Amino acid sequence: MIDFINYYLIPGVTLGSIYALGAVGISMIFGILRFAHFAHGDLMTVGAYAALTTVWVTGLPALATIPVAIAVTCIVALLMDKWFYKPLRALPTIYTVIASFGVAMLLRSSIQLIWGTDSQVYFTGFQKPMIFFDTLRIASRHIQFIVFTVLIAFALHYFLNKTRTGKSMRAVADDPELASICGLKTETVIRATWIIGAALTAIAGIFVGLDTDVHTNLGWNLLLPMFAAALLGGIGKPMGAMVGGLIIGIAEEICTYPIFGESLIEPSYKSAVAFVLMVIILIFRPQGLFKGRLL
Amino acid sequence: MTQDTKILDVQNLIAGYGKTRILEQVNIEAHLNKVAVIVGPNGAGKSTLLKAVFRLNQCFSGDIIYNQQSIINHETDSLVSLGIACVPQTQNIFPSLSVMENLEIGTYAANNPNVAQTLEHVLGLFPDLAAKLNQPAGELSGGQRQMVAIGRALMSKPKLLLLDEPTAGLSPAYLEVIFDLILQIRDTGVSVLMVEQNAKQALRIADTDYVLVNGENAFSGSGKELLANDEVRRSFLGGGAPQ
Repeated sequence: MIDFINYYLIPGVTLGSIYALGAVGISMIFGILRFAHFAHGDLMTVGAYAALTTVWVTGLPALATIPVAIAVTCIVALLMDKWFYKPLRALPTIYTVIASFGVAMLLRSSIQLIWGTDSQVYFTGFQKPMIFFDTLRIASRHIQFIVFTVLIAFALHYFLNKTRTGKSMRAVADDPELASICGLKTETVIRATWIIGAALTAIAGIFVGLDTDVHTNLGWNLLLPMFAAALLGGIGKPMGAMVGGLIIGIAEEICTYPIFGESLIEPSYKSAVAFVLMVIILIFRPQGLFKGRLL
Repeated sequence: MTQDTKILDVQNLIAGYGKTRILEQVNIEAHLNKVAVIVGPNGAGKSTLLKAVFRLNQCFSGDIIYNQQSIINHETDSLVSLGIACVPQTQNIFPSLSVMENLEIGTYAANNPNVAQTLEHVLGLFPDLAAKLNQPAGELSGGQRQMVAIGRALMSKPKLLLLDEPTAGLSPAYLEVIFDLILQIRDTGVSVLMVEQNAKQALRIADTDYVLVNGENAFSGSGKELLANDEVRRSFLGGGAPQ
């Protein structure tokens, strides 16, 4: 049982935290701007590389560079919206979706040009896990990821339910035309959406870089499970996306647990779990767990 | 301002959707603290006119004067801060937000410093909502949703309230409630411009009334005058003697 917790459940929660942070932006952009943002993974990569450069320049630990990574990623997201998505806002959504594929490639190519194609790490060396009750082994970075994610979830919940901007965002997600009739500035809400989505995905990018390494496909490789998490939680439901991310992350890890001596699924196929879950959700509960927007 | 001061003056308006013209040279006025009603057959352009006033469609020519300034080039989201509020016919609430949040949204663009006082006033008009403030608005009945929608508009403390068929889809029991409320709203100093399908009832509460046909002005006058007009009664009110 303790092996299950140490090697499957805790890594699952950690992976789920990363998916959750990325999925919030995807869900909010889907809910408010009404399009599937396929460049969101590469926005995550931008955050990871911005942190890497700050680590190189300042020598700070990676988690201390989060504010810089957030700032850089937010600027990139806002420029991306201004240059590529805003001009397409009045056109059918498919134009913006296709544009987001182009933006994804543009971001990845730019990252490859600036930082090269080799994998990088925030620090070298080995971190011994922390041991609790003699048996429970958790890497300190995993504790940090989980604590950060829980704090962000509380902050996000407060922001969306108690602040004027948060309520305006939920109103625009419900009905943008009515929001405009009520005098809400939809462009301000859209900017807030990009800032929150970009900030959270930048943090997720740093978590991925700390857990494995920083490479140019870092975010793109996580796009499918992040979309699955957003769908599972319900489109336009950020808290749903967080829960969805945790479920997908935990499901991916525990499906490789050897129940009767053999893994349920070969570990190399575990990423297919997100895809299977996404298809199941779309067929049986397209509005997601938190009753989000129907696609 | 006197009681007959024009708060809204639509002048020779040609408007529609995309490149399609629906309204042709329409003229209407709304006066301070009065109810103006627009009636007419389906497809007459009544809702198009209301949408044009709230800048939700294309205006090709003419002018819309509100409080002595032209608003024809204004964006929709800027009109609330000028004192105009609009309640669309359908999809007029935020279903996932609570009733309280729906009402709060009405205050955001209006720079209303007395939110608590306005809320008390709105809940005085709609006492049924007081017990449902924390309930998602999407779970309410049609009549209650309409109250939330009108309440949200009133939270912005408008000078002019635009109502697009406020009784559409409501049970007969709610019709009288809504019409009574509109008179109460008028008596609190809000001018009302309303599009309405239930023409007979609407004409009874109208201070000024306009009949649109095929996107053009057909008749105008006070509600009583139009109710007494044989041609109006025959063509738009199903005939019969005035009641």
